Amino acid sequence: MSLSVRLRHRFPDIALDVEFAVPDPGVTVLFGPSGAGKSSIIAAVAGLLRTDAARIEVGGTPLADTGSGLWLPPEKRRVGLVFQDARLFPHMSVETNLRYGLRRAPQGPIRLDTVVDLLGIRALLPRRPRTLSGGERQRVAIGRALLAQPRLLLMDEPLASLDASRKAEIMPYLTQLKTDLRLPVLYVTHAPDEVAQLADWVVLVESGRVVGHGPVSEIAARADLPFAQRDDAGALLLAEIAESDGRRALTRLVAGGASFWVPLLDGPIGTRHRIRIPAREIILATRAPEAISLHNVVPGRVRRIAPEGPRRSVLVEIGLPDGALLSRVTIDAIARLGLGEGAEVLALIKSTSIEVLPG
Amino acid sequence: MLSPEEWEAVRLTLEVAARAVGFGLPLAIVTAWLLARTRFPGRPVLNALVHLPLVLPPVVTGWLLLILFGVRGPIGTLLFDWFGIRLVFTTAGASLACAVMTFPVMVRAIRLSLEGLDPGLEQAARSLGAGRLDRLFTVTLPLASPGILVGAVVAYATCLGEFGAVITFAANIPGETQTLPLAIYAALQVPGGEAKAAQLSLVSFTLAVIGLLLSELLGRRLNRRLGR
Repeated sequence: MSLSVRLRHRFPDIALDVEFAVPDPGVTVLFGPSGAGKSSIIAAVAGLLRTDAARIEVGGTPLADTGSGLWLPPEKRRVGLVFQDARLFPHMSVETNLRYGLRRAPQGPIRLDTVVDLLGIRALLPRRPRTLSGGERQRVAIGRALLAQPRLLLMDEPLASLDASRKAEIMPYLTQLKTDLRLPVLYVTHAPDEVAQLADWVVLVESGRVVGHGPVSEIAARADLPFAQRDDAGALLLAEIAESDGRRALTRLVAGGASFWVPLLDGPIGTRHRIRIPAREIILATRAPEAISLHNVVPGRVRRIAPEGPRRSVLVEIGLPDGALLSRVTIDAIARLGLGEGAEVLALIKSTSIEVLPG
Repeated sequence: MLSPEEWEAVRLTLEVAARAVGFGLPLAIVTAWLLARTRFPGRPVLNALVHLPLVLPPVVTGWLLLILFGVRGPIGTLLFDWFGIRLVFTTAGASLACAVMTFPVMVRAIRLSLEGLDPGLEQAARSLGAGRLDRLFTVTLPLASPGILVGAVVAYATCLGEFGAVITFAANIPGETQTLPLAIYAALQVPGGEAKAAQLSLVSFTLAVIGLLLSELLGRRLNRRLGR
């Protein structure tokens, strides 16, 4: 068990009562609306918020256990923290900022040079924080947290204060970091695109409670959970390149136990990607159509049909051998096709409507 | 232009002020930190005590010091018996009177800058493994340094003009406790001393202006270093 958290706390306006456990190191995203208690969870794991009851364990090391009176102070937890505002020390250069945690940490595997190159901040080392752009600051803050050799990295909406282009500038570094350093990360956001690109595991938080948690592909396809109750709901699958056909300019990805053709991708066979298929882009059929431009006719079985009241539509969860798709159709379509739970169905997906994200 | 005794008064004034700020400042930092960052039962009392010299007539403060630190006073006796230190009517005594009088100014300036600090930076330092003292010396105090500097400079400048408490506690002894304001007062007591008083006043005025300019300059440089 890489990370397990159990917290109870009474705030004046909200009661926090959460419990979740994440099996592997990787990125766990706490997702939910603002005010749901996500940041309080982060603060408690960091040791900055003392909750009424807490049991927090990282990689087998207990950080807090109010049952036995254990409460490590933040400086003893070795938990890296990246805030929405970078919180760099204004009276130190970028390099001194980076070394602040390094100097105080026990010998660890994360080296200054590695981090500096990974985050592309070598040119910034002699500069002062105030001369940096928002995106640069945030990269330095991430580097500083990493160099403290943390057991766990906490990121509280690290991209929320950045505009779209700055966000796009940092995102590749975050995905890189995820693959290069096998470090458990607890990441707070309310932005679905960050979940799609970064999450391995998702914990859905609403009004102080966990309303669902699991691997990202499972949570994204759950029509009954809040993560899917958005206009741009869609399934998220972990994919691998199975074959590429240069002549037809197509690549076949295997995901969820099914095949998906997408426009040609670079990279050898076995390259990992994530694919996101928006629910509104999937057409359902009970018989395969002929003479059609479509490449992807994916067979599956209806797992759940969840009505979406305000949109006068339904979300259909389609079970694949190892995963699920999500399709948004009208109530009438369900009736016409005679679909019910357990029915066999074909998901028709244009190859160009499959979004391919870095793995 | 100035006679040797007058130069002596200038030197003494600078020395008294330096000693007052030198000894008072660390204590003022601790007090400001206690008032800004901690909650304890005696806090309002400490706060009132610190500010007392600001509202009491300086003569009363000097007289209270005389009672406490006088040769037969409770603290004065202890100091003399244990360390052989006598404060009344000495340069050290004049410094003590100055320090007490300017203590509220220092505490106030430092406390304000401590309260103005972003607590997020200290949280960040904590999460990076810095303990309490470590944080204090690497983050809190450096960031509060403009406030500390302002406190010190204002206190120093105030010391240069401190009169009531000094003359009450340390008396008016040339070369020993006679600082500039006391020397000016003494000059005015003597018939025909106006010229001398004017000269000394001019010196006082110059010192004050230099002090203000210096604090402005240092403050600006510090703020630039802090990235503001």
